[in-house]
Amino acid sequence: MTPGLAGFVASGHDEQTWDDAVDGVLAALGTEFAVVPERGAAPRGTRRRTWFDTFDWRLYRAGLILEYVAAARGGELRLSSASPAAPAALGVQATPPADVAQPAPGWRASRPHQLCDLPDGPVAARIAGLVAPRALLPAVTVFTGATVRRLLNDDGKTVARLHIEHVAVAAGDHQPLPPRLTITEVRGYLGQGRRAVRLVAGSPGVRPVTESVLADALRAVGRRPGDYSNKVAAPITAGMPAAEAAAVILLRLLDTIEANVPGVLRDTDTEFLHDLRVSVRRTRSALKLFGVALTAPTAARGSALTSDELARFAAEFKWVGDLTTPTRDLDVHLLGFEETARALRAAKPDDLEPFRAYLAQRRTREFRTLARGLRAERFTSLTRDWRERLTRIREGASGRTGATARSGGSGKAAGETAGTLAAERTRRAFTRVAKQGGAITPESPHESLHDLRKRCKELRYALEFFAPVLPPAACAAVVADLKKLQDCLGEFQDTEVQIGEIRALAVAMLAANEAPAVTLLAMGEVTAGLAARQQAARADFERRFAAFGGPDGQRRMSLLLRGGLG
Amino acid sequence: MKIYATYNIKGGVGKTTTAVNLAYLAAAESKLRTVLWDLDPQGAASFMFRVKPRVKGGGKALIRGKRPLDDAIKGTDFDNLDLIPADFTYRNMDLLLDSAGGSSRKLSRLLAPLAAEYDAVFLDCPPSISLVSENVLHAADMVVVPLIPTTLSVRTLDQLTEFVAGFRGHRPDVLAFFSMVDRRKKLHKEITENLSSERTEVALTAIPYLSMVENMSVERAPVTVFAPRSSAARAYRALWSEILARAE
Repeated sequence: MTPGLAGFVASGHDEQTWDDAVDGVLAALGTEFAVVPERGAAPRGTRRRTWFDTFDWRLYRAGLILEYVAAARGGELRLSSASPAAPAALGVQATPPADVAQPAPGWRASRPHQLCDLPDGPVAARIAGLVAPRALLPAVTVFTGATVRRLLNDDGKTVARLHIEHVAVAAGDHQPLPPRLTITEVRGYLGQGRRAVRLVAGSPGVRPVTESVLADALRAVGRRPGDYSNKVAAPITAGMPAAEAAAVILLRLLDTIEANVPGVLRDTDTEFLHDLRVSVRRTRSALKLFGVALTAPTAARGSALTSDELARFAAEFKWVGDLTTPTRDLDVHLLGFEETARALRAAKPDDLEPFRAYLAQRRTREFRTLARGLRAERFTSLTRDWRERLTRIREGASGRTGATARSGGSGKAAGETAGTLAAERTRRAFTRVAKQGGAITPESPHESLHDLRKRCKELRYALEFFAPVLPPAACAAVVADLKKLQDCLGEFQDTEVQIGEIRALAVAMLAANEAPAVTLLAMGEVTAGLAARQQAARADFERRFAAFGGPDGQRRMSLLLRGGLG
Repeated sequence: MKIYATYNIKGGVGKTTTAVNLAYLAAAESKLRTVLWDLDPQGAASFMFRVKPRVKGGGKALIRGKRPLDDAIKGTDFDNLDLIPADFTYRNMDLLLDSAGGSSRKLSRLLAPLAAEYDAVFLDCPPSISLVSENVLHAADMVVVPLIPTTLSVRTLDQLTEFVAGFRGHRPDVLAFFSMVDRRKKLHKEITENLSSERTEVALTAIPYLSMVENMSVERAPVTVFAPRSSAARAYRALWSEILARAE
């Protein structure tokens, strides 16, 4: 719709109230204008509009909205900036979004689409860098029907228009949403347009639009934009009992694990598995860092974990991690394949094609094993039992705080708090990194750097888990240095792992008689390139570690711990 | 941006109805972002679009550049089609142009900024030979000349083409067409048929004399809006197609 002078939405919760509101608006406008249907316009039929975004809302977070409008001869994708649907302040012209559109033949509103399904065009060009490697998923679909009324002055000239848009969510029984009313200006008749806006605003049963149709429709299906993120962002507070905070963090991680399982099983895109793995890894790190807090007695008798139970859950999450590794490793090879092929100097990119085919074939096999594992009772009972135990611990621990408060005791006296837990565990994680990293010399074996990488991950996770009780600026400064060190260590280890995998895959391909000589040569060149990258990362290590673990880094860490946690 | 001017030294030959209908077809059917400037102080084109013939500050403010042309634009009832209304002060536009330096290219300069916003401009000119018409002829890419099929009209066309041929630099394409043709009149029939086939600057399409065209001032809308299937609407469509083909 044309950006309007002002948009309104009918108040109330039922269609009769909405109809009354629209009638009221028409009557109000009729006091000053002749209100007539749009000239020669047969009412436009119902349009089906579907909004697409990635599972983690990459477009929304970039301030973009992608809409698919179905049409008889292939639909169209429209990309717009996520400006408010209409300005709340009366008489203020909305800034038209810089829309782009392109045909999207073969798209269906009902299923996910890969970026490669989209032909070249302005929308593809704008979103490719943002979206890949994620798929675009239908977030919500609505049916809209619009009628337009012209507002005429005494000369019978159109001086403004009233657009009435009826919207129904295409889920369940097509739940209708309140109609939207927008006044649009005719150029050169702004005064009359503003008068019409004032008449609508004064009409009972309507209120200014504050949210887009998309936001309304998402709410109707129990969602909101940005409702998934793989960030931890657990709602903990410094005074919360440590057991409760630990349970809250782990429940948040479990939410993320469970949210990704359907996408992994449908193999919608590779990032579902990636996010699932990250959450499993974080869970395992959390159990190491503060799992013991879950074993502390709480108000609810028997809610705390025993040490054996803690060990069993830790072992089960290791099993999940191991289950996902082969598929993810192959995903990494396949995702970077084009770049790897382009980087070849002696070999030709096509020489690697049998390697790609072999990787894809292996991935299909490994994925079957992964899917079997995630559908198995072992996995479903793990997540079910884990949630049940964590929920009991959280409730038991918060009950204990309540009891302590009633008896006049302080949170601290009642036991360890999230604040003290965060300070102690973050300090401990940092000390480990500083100690292990400081002991590394140019002669140290590769394993020492790999171990340091694990310690760094633990520290990073600790900073993420406890972020709500840490001072944000000091935390960001520590994370910035840590991230650079992690990138260096990641490059060092990942290249080594990939070299090992490519060698093993070459042997397997040869054994299966699927390795032409040129392909093996090209794979050799790829491993040589990886080895060079690994050497560069190793050479960079001392500088990166000095920036993080040296005196400045230590000062930043102590500022962080002093500032937030005492 | 293409600039089309409907012009004839004589009045009552169908300049305004042509400008109104062609501008509407450009906007509605060719989907061109179009603006029509009603330069005739009588304001007939403004009347047909139900826009008051009034410009803030009058023609003086526009010609002297005190008010940008953009400010005077009014939206019509139709998508893609805007109007710069007439103003009674346009009757003095010759004097205004003269006092602004007497340039025959002042109008071109005023129109230039519209190129960012419009694909097509139509200038509906008052009947005269004056500094206004000279400005219009210099600004236009194509001058569309309605002719009543009479011998004198043909002489007028000759004078116009001769005048334009004398321009240095940019010369507009001149396309005449027969307007208000009454096929029952032998002279109309003969002149229309002969000249359309003999002279390249005369369009093959002729607009017949039809009461439906006269009804435009009653309906206050282009004929293609209130009688889209009428023979008048068909004739204007054919003329617009011929203009587009020639412009290419």
